[in-house]
Amino acid sequence: MADITVDARGLQCPMPVLKISQAMNKATAGQTVELVASDRGSLSDIPAWAADMGHSIKEQFESDGEYHFIIEK
Amino acid sequence: MTTEVRSEEAVAEVTPQQEKMVIIAASGDLDKAWPVLILATTGAAYGLDVTVFFTFWGLTILKRPDAGISGEDWRQKMLSVFAKGSSDHLKLSTLNFAGMGPWMMKGLAEDQNVASVQELLELAKDMGVTLMPCQMTMDLMGLSRDDMIDGLAESAGAGSAISLMKEASISLFI
Repeated sequence: MADITVDARGLQCPMPVLKISQAMNKATAGQTVELVASDRGSLSDIPAWAADMGHSIKEQFESDGEYHFIIEK
Repeated sequence: MTTEVRSEEAVAEVTPQQEKMVIIAASGDLDKAWPVLILATTGAAYGLDVTVFFTFWGLTILKRPDAGISGEDWRQKMLSVFAKGSSDHLKLSTLNFAGMGPWMMKGLAEDQNVASVQELLELAKDMGVTLMPCQMTMDLMGLSRDDMIDGLAESAGAGSAISLMKEASISLFI
């Protein structure tokens, strides 16, 4: 279970990236943020954003057509 | 000499230069304003220092919905009537069909939860994107600050745009 959950289900590009970025700005170092998105583009966009920003994706899975990313700050 | 170089390096380490992104928004078309704001907000999400420089018809995106007739010259007044402006009245570059196209496009976007141009404009401001209007085209079209929305940076010219682009890792003309 992540410290913060961001619900971006139903939202299209670029909102999942904007939402996770805003949540990460608020999070403190060491906290984990879970993003749940339904936009298929997130599969490529979120790992690309995280890699660029130097955040590591601790866990990533798909369930019921929703994409979950658990990212550590 | 050596100590001077070292101290400069130390300063650079303490205050790392934030990477910059510049977009020149020269079009007032809905299908151009949308990607301008999608890329600007996403750039901000990447931690970039983003500036959007609005020039020519791009200025219509920044006009207040209630701007009315602007300018002193009759040609400026006519332009302000034909190009009503505001982010809510943008036209499509193709398939506009007297407003039918944008109406359908915006309806589809709403159904599919695509953020509107207005929402993205607000988000851009919240995320610290600098929205910079071009002074020369404002003068050309007879637009004053009162005709524009709030939250804009000081107007500037081509020199400022070039200076920003020289420093930027991403520069786009849309």
